[in-house]
Amino acid sequence: MYDLIIIGAGPAGITAAVYAARKRMSLLVITRDIGGQAAISGDIENYTGYQFITGPELAAKFEEHMRRFDIALRENEEIVELKKTGDKILVKTNKGAYEARTAIIASGKRSRELNVPGEKEFRNKGLTYCATCDAPLFSAKAVAVIGGGNSALDAALQLIKIAKHTYIINIASSLTGDAIMREKINESEIVTVFNNTQVTAIFGDKFVTGIKIKREGKEEDLSVEGVFIEIGLIPNSEFTQEIERNQLGEIKVNCRNETNIPGVFAAGDVTDVPEKQIIIAAGEGSKAALSVFRYLSRA
Amino acid sequence: MDKKVLVYSTPTCPYCIRAKQFLKDNSVAFEDIDVSINQAVASEMVSKSGQMGVPVLDIGGEIIVGFDKERIKTALGL
Repeated sequence: MYDLIIIGAGPAGITAAVYAARKRMSLLVITRDIGGQAAISGDIENYTGYQFITGPELAAKFEEHMRRFDIALRENEEIVELKKTGDKILVKTNKGAYEARTAIIASGKRSRELNVPGEKEFRNKGLTYCATCDAPLFSAKAVAVIGGGNSALDAALQLIKIAKHTYIINIASSLTGDAIMREKINESEIVTVFNNTQVTAIFGDKFVTGIKIKREGKEEDLSVEGVFIEIGLIPNSEFTQEIERNQLGEIKVNCRNETNIPGVFAAGDVTDVPEKQIIIAAGEGSKAALSVFRYLSRA
Repeated sequence: MDKKVLVYSTPTCPYCIRAKQFLKDNSVAFEDIDVSINQAVASEMVSKSGQMGVPVLDIGGEIIVGFDKERIKTALGL
């Protein structure tokens, strides 16, 4: 049995691991990937100490820092269930089962899905959730960005440089991203914004050939070869039914990163802590590890 | 014995960077194919993998989509 299992290896999980390793806890980190959302971020200019660093570079530095310590790490593993029985915390994954005295949930957030027909079928076949990764494949093609916030506008601004035409399909009555980004969108002649518009289906043959949209009560087809879904994020917290969450699904924590279950802590974007930032997630990860240390020394 | 390794990637894709770093860390020689500058190689990648996401690795003919470390290790016999 471990002292601590950390779920997730983004900024929060990795920082927690570094702190816990320095306290010489016996420690297991279980994660789907390393770096979390930070690893797929573009340019980062607000992580103190780095005036400019890219997401992958910062994630690589985090990983390097964690690997300085001899930490048991299970990558490419998905959590299926976390529950407390007696004094033990049991963590079930798609590959095994583990036990610990404490846990830190730092599983972060993932892209929200549209839940329309064709979305699963055409994933990576023209439909993507990562403009930073896949935008260059749509050179000289017509594409649609679904969403109206900062991440949607960021995707659209990347696509303007590459695609033939970019449609922004926004369910709200106006775009909500930062003014500086909206200005750039408005200035571009190869962007069309459809407000008050819903996407009802993605269709195609082997690859995407278009989307069905509904506006002013009428449904129509729009021919595009690329669909970029940027409608926000949802917390990876479904595996913890016993844990209190808010209506967004975020795990509720107090200022010591404690959840409602003694011995189970949480940190980073998966929690209800306001403001989702890399530096905040890292700070919360360190707090959670120190709280675990106190908890274990009391027990 | 050594398998020919091709990595289809874009310069901005984080998992491409990680996949290439992983190969370098394991001293695996590979050819990096940037699909963002050449439509012909982009089509080649799409027809090989049947999808449009990067990275795609071609390890001696075995096609691996994404940075799937376990499959890459197995394919390379690491």
